[in-house]
Amino acid sequence: MANTGKAFIVSRGELQSLFDAVIARGFMPVGPIVRDGAIVYDELRHVQDLPEGWTEDQDAGTYRLKRRDDKALFGFNNGPHSWKQYLFPPRSKLWQGEKTEDGGFTVEEAEDTEKPFAFIGVRACDLHAIQVQDKVFMSDRHPDPLYAGRRGKALVIVVNCGQAATTCFCTSMNTGPRAQGGFDLALTEVLDGDDHYFVAEPGSTAGFSLLAEVPHTEADKDNVAAALECTARAEQQMGRKIDVSGVKELLYRNYDNERWDALEKRCLACGNCTMACPTCFCSKVEDVTDLTGDHAERWREWDSCFTMDFSYIHGGSVRPTTRSRYRQWLVHKLATWQDQFATSGCVGCGRCITWCPVGIDLTEEVRLIREREKD
Amino acid sequence: MTDKPKLAVWKFASCDGCQLSLLDCEDELLAVADHITIANFPEASRAVLDGPYDLSLVEGSITTPHDRDRIQEVRRQSKFLVTIGACATAGGIQALRNFTDVREFMDIVYASPEYISTLDTSTPISAHVNVDFELRGCPINKNQLLEVINAFLNERKPNVSPNSVCIECKKRGTVCIMVAHGTHCMGPVTQAGCGAICPAYNRGCYGCYGPMETPNTSSLAAWMHDLGVSADELRRMFRTYNSEAPEFRHEGDRHGRENI
Ligand code: SF4
Ligand code: SF4
Ligand code: SF4
Repeated sequence: MANTGKAFIVSRGELQSLFDAVIARGFMPVGPIVRDGAIVYDELRHVQDLPEGWTEDQDAGTYRLKRRDDKALFGFNNGPHSWKQYLFPPRSKLWQGEKTEDGGFTVEEAEDTEKPFAFIGVRACDLHAIQVQDKVFMSDRHPDPLYAGRRGKALVIVVNCGQAATTCFCTSMNTGPRAQGGFDLALTEVLDGDDHYFVAEPGSTAGFSLLAEVPHTEADKDNVAAALECTARAEQQMGRKIDVSGVKELLYRNYDNERWDALEKRCLACGNCTMACPTCFCSKVEDVTDLTGDHAERWREWDSCFTMDFSYIHGGSVRPTTRSRYRQWLVHKLATWQDQFATSGCVGCGRCITWCPVGIDLTEEVRLIREREKD
Repeated sequence: MTDKPKLAVWKFASCDGCQLSLLDCEDELLAVADHITIANFPEASRAVLDGPYDLSLVEGSITTPHDRDRIQEVRRQSKFLVTIGACATAGGIQALRNFTDVREFMDIVYASPEYISTLDTSTPISAHVNVDFELRGCPINKNQLLEVINAFLNERKPNVSPNSVCIECKKRGTVCIMVAHGTHCMGPVTQAGCGAICPAYNRGCYGCYGPMETPNTSSLAAWMHDLGVSADELRRMFRTYNSEAPEFRHEGDRHGRENI
């Protein structure tokens, strides 16, 4: 198989020892759990915390949890959360300052007190999303201390997809469904009658040594074939696609496409898509003081190009219309991102489609823009 | 000290809930008692100091001829005038009278309606005088109130975001109840500030903070209609605490029947 060329078997019954090994190394394991009618990410301690036997139906603007007829632990696709919330938290304090008696002030940088994270169940598209954000937050010139600190310490355990949602299009974006590297350990969940096991591929020394603490056997040809069949099935099920050929040029040519007018009518400028997107990285910075003015703090919070404040400069917002804000979002994701970071800003995870309250679908918009251009 | 800034709180037609949010800040306010003089705050103290005032917080809407005159005097006496709450900012729940004939109600409710002196409408403070800042909410959020007082006393812009409630939901990790449960929700067209409380308890947003900066009410209404919300229900959703806010008023008018 790809990566290390080495594949092993961890049985369903031994998965807990993987969790235990992760915890024993001082990581805080986070991964999928069922809560409030969705599969979200939160702290995990036990295999029982996983969404055993759950899956979901997704489409533009709708998500419904439902039961599977088997006991798969990872038999679902992306939910509303992403790993971004751990590496680039929605709100973080940057520093605090105090006035001193001699009229000066002190500045104290905020300390990150979180334990290192172990991400359990990272999908291939989301692994790419993390790598996209690495380019944003860990550039040589301006590394972000919080992100870089957390990312450097994080352990990444991939679980390759054995199915795809109707909103998924990782194959179009060339990001999945099988992770090709950049992880510590990659698992593929195989359910075959009464057989339930994980094909495990270590992708780093940390992954190898972790696996050494978990009872495992070497995978045989059939196991490897079964794992490949899982991701092949996901590929077959891919619910959406984007024709990305020349998409950058397409969008650059179409600043006046009539589609933007349709989006002006439909888009709520609510910002859900940017919040749910695992690659969106924008934030705002707010300074707060207490009433005495002796104590000040600087906070960073997620922001979105859909807000008016986002592009506010003296005299007003640069993008006053919703069409101009939706256009900023789509053009950034698929075009300007390429110029900025030499990669697409979209990994095909489908979250913006599902979690848009009025079901706006970027794959459809790109298709229509292409079509209208021809007209 | 004579140069301590003077804070005054004024009540017009309202339930006092927003003033209570201010009372709820007592620990924070006590900490600054050395720095601010509370010149007028009937909910807290009967002592009233003469104006002018550095900052006036105005709660409530204008519903009587007397109040219509009184707000002019408050404005004259105030360096900064900040309205607090849905009543002062959008006429409040009592602005539902604007959709009907107030005289009819008076005849039903009061034994001697001739003693009642009232206007036909409930209007926001901004319909009468210039307002320096409008703090939204029904009731307002205590932390936002402190932020606004703070900002005005330090002469800076308050950190109050006019974007959607959705952004607060997403930041706190709440699963979208409209997408995941099909629950109708005013969040996408409503201004943030409450901390997105209702969706966190599986209730749709009621729109207490009024229209967000660029509310696309017709798109949301069309979607909710497809989710099975009736036209009358849609009308009611837009006619609550902020029914007189132009965007909500306009959207409410487009759906359902009169007088439901
Ligand atoms: S743009 Fe949409 S599909 Fe693409 S990565 Fe972001 S949320 Fe996923
Ligand atoms: S699409 Fe908008 S929110 Fe996302 S990274 Fe680009 S500018 Fe920021
Ligand atoms: S595309 Fe959808 S989620 Fe994004 S701002 Fe518009 S309405 Fe909101």
